[in-house]
Amino acid sequence: MDLPLADFLQIDFPALLVASLAGLCCGLPGNFLVLRRQSLIGDAMSHVVLPGIVVGYLLSGTLDTLPMLLGALGAALISALLIEVIRRLGNVEPGAAMGVVFTSMFALGVLILEQTGASGVHLDVEHALYGNLESTLWFGLNDWSDILSADGLAQMPGSISRLGGVTLVVLLVIILFFKELKISTFDPAMATSLGFNARYISIGLIIMTATSAVAAFDAVGSILVIAMFICPAATARMWTDKLSSQIILSSVVALLSGCLGYLIAAFGPFLIGANYALNAAGMIAVVAFLLQAFSMIFAPNHGTFGRFLKQRKALREPAEI
Amino acid sequence: MIAKLLKLQPSTSLSTDAAKKAPLAIEGLSVSYHHKPVVWDLSFVAPEKGLVAVVGPNGAGKSTFIKAALGLIPKLSGEITVYGKPVDKQRKLIGYVPQRGSVDWDFPASALDVVTMGLYGEIGWLKPVRKGHKEQALSYLEKVGMADFADRQIGQLSGGQQQRVFLARALAQDASLYFMDEPFVGVDAATERAIINVLKKLKDQGKTVICVHHDLQSAPDYFDHALILNVRPVAYGPMHETFTSENLQRAYGGRLAPSELSGLMSLAGQ
Repeated sequence: MDLPLADFLQIDFPALLVASLAGLCCGLPGNFLVLRRQSLIGDAMSHVVLPGIVVGYLLSGTLDTLPMLLGALGAALISALLIEVIRRLGNVEPGAAMGVVFTSMFALGVLILEQTGASGVHLDVEHALYGNLESTLWFGLNDWSDILSADGLAQMPGSISRLGGVTLVVLLVIILFFKELKISTFDPAMATSLGFNARYISIGLIIMTATSAVAAFDAVGSILVIAMFICPAATARMWTDKLSSQIILSSVVALLSGCLGYLIAAFGPFLIGANYALNAAGMIAVVAFLLQAFSMIFAPNHGTFGRFLKQRKALREPAEI
Repeated sequence: MIAKLLKLQPSTSLSTDAAKKAPLAIEGLSVSYHHKPVVWDLSFVAPEKGLVAVVGPNGAGKSTFIKAALGLIPKLSGEITVYGKPVDKQRKLIGYVPQRGSVDWDFPASALDVVTMGLYGEIGWLKPVRKGHKEQALSYLEKVGMADFADRQIGQLSGGQQQRVFLARALAQDASLYFMDEPFVGVDAATERAIINVLKKLKDQGKTVICVHHDLQSAPDYFDHALILNVRPVAYGPMHETFTSENLQRAYGGRLAPSELSGLMSLAGQ
């Protein structure tokens, strides 16, 4: 297979970058969501953005990305607050509150879409599910050095700069507030009694989740967003009992599944002689799942088979008493 | 009995000097869940250098009272001061040992991590945990005989060991007023002794411990004050005055058998 460098840099490199950044910006906050048993909030967020996107389109009258993204972010934030309000006023469990909010917000989006005639416009379902990873193109790159040149940077696709910015903010927030996020996730009552108000920290985390979901949703679609919120964190949890290691490991898993998944989707079929490419977002989610399944079975302390091996080894060796 | 309660009233008023300096002064505290009162019109002043047992039947509002006193749940009415100031301003003086079942023990943290959390208030917002903090936390684990388990993931510890980790975390807070929610539940004899030692040391250092306690048999041995609660306060005062068959029978609604009561009374030295 012959692949010119320019092709790789213009087509594959931006896709790899988007997949990696989307994995990081969802996978990092995902660690805390999984530990708080709120994993599905990522799923909820990717549904509630629909009315926001439609309203953003209607208000601006254009198919530009920015107004739609702002609408999506607004809808996500409103939903995050609604979930909290329903949980407290209705005294229902978080899962039920999320279910109520994300189905009704999605339905509202469909209604507005139908009523205003916006459905005639190209807002297709396929894009929402799979994203447009493959169509992220970075023109003007012919050599590696072009990436950092003024001309190259000027032609950087909007989704890369948006995702890069959000990922950077997410990373900074998690490093700066690591201690606060840790204690409020483990023991909210204790956190509050020490003066770290657990409710505010929780709302902050949901706002961060909403921002990540919206930034990644546009580029990679909702399937991958949901997978990246949950899989890297759950996979990393299998290999370590330390929160900081888990977060670092989850980033590695997110990057690994992003890059591996894309490469398999883009080049796998050619290697076996077929003349087509697979859907990248779908393949990345599959790779993330395979890593998770492998870890659940083989990880030494938490994997089913790994634990069995360890126990058998312990039985053979004389016990230390 | 009513006369006794009435006699208590003037001393519990927050306007008196004694109440102003008291580790914990509560006046007219009421808390309700969904229009159902859980704690009703509770007033009391905790003594300096004292171990106070909070006893009462299930659903008497013991945990609720502690959470409300800590400001963790909203109260309907009432005034709470800690050393003369609102709770929010005195967080650094308050230590808390929640019920063991209130946290997720599968959480990726070691015993040392959890004890270090007791220092977070002192470390403050945004500042990282340093090596010195970890060493400090380890010294508190030593005090409860858990230094050997510092690196163990908390889910791999026995119930008693988990409770001792919680206790070490409370010690790390280096507070003056401690709230403990049933620290003795489901622990082994070694842990029970460790907890009693810690309670005694805290008292010797002039600190005050308010402790929800389920076991009526051991309450007179471990504590020197009792607050008997059944939604409304039934009695409060020094152990030997408060732990009367009349008070307990009122709190438990006549559900204690006479033999149980006489056993308790002999323990309380009456």
